[in-house]
Amino acid sequence: MAKPTTEKTDRSRNAVAVSEPEYPLTTMAVVAPLVGWLIPGGGHILLKRYGRGILLLVSVVAMFLIGLGMQGRIYKPNGGDILDILGFVGDVGSGALYFLARIMDWGNVMAANAAADYGKTFLIVAGLLNFIAAADAHHIALGKKP
Amino acid sequence: MTITLSHFSAAVVFALFASVVFGITQKNSTMEQVKYGLQCFALFVGGVFLAGWVMALIRR
Repeated sequence: MAKPTTEKTDRSRNAVAVSEPEYPLTTMAVVAPLVGWLIPGGGHILLKRYGRGILLLVSVVAMFLIGLGMQGRIYKPNGGDILDILGFVGDVGSGALYFLARIMDWGNVMAANAAADYGKTFLIVAGLLNFIAAADAHHIALGKKP
Repeated sequence: MTITLSHFSAAVVFALFASVVFGITQKNSTMEQVKYGLQCFALFVGGVFLAGWVMALIRR
């Protein structure tokens, strides 16, 4: 009859022993993802992960430029169709590249063929990949990742 | 400047850059990153071939 009581005690001891490590929010953990968003790979370079930063920079910039080269469309801020809103969110992930494209009026075309549709996808995915890279820079700055 | 890519070459270029970013961001050590990046690339390109064959069979 005494056995269940012992098991309960053991479980509660284990629960106390297993605890999540704490990662305090530092200034770098806020600045690195912001820089990483504005300049693809910039967050990693700021954290002295030069190799990773350069690879991220090349990948995101190349995808963005190929998207523009394929006559992909750049979405503007809009409150219309949900897919248009999501397209804008994806595009704006490219940070400075997006603002540069808007200033220079690049990507101000309507998709008229399949290649232009692929280009639009390249532009959106470049932004989304940059969001992932910025989140990774945040984790590195926190110390969650080497 | 206009870039003209076929559907297949666009998919391979997409797979290459997406795999690089996935490899770097999803794993910790360099070796793990390279392995995961290659795995992602193989799955992307394999998926292209698989989808191509499925569409070809459906079309018949």
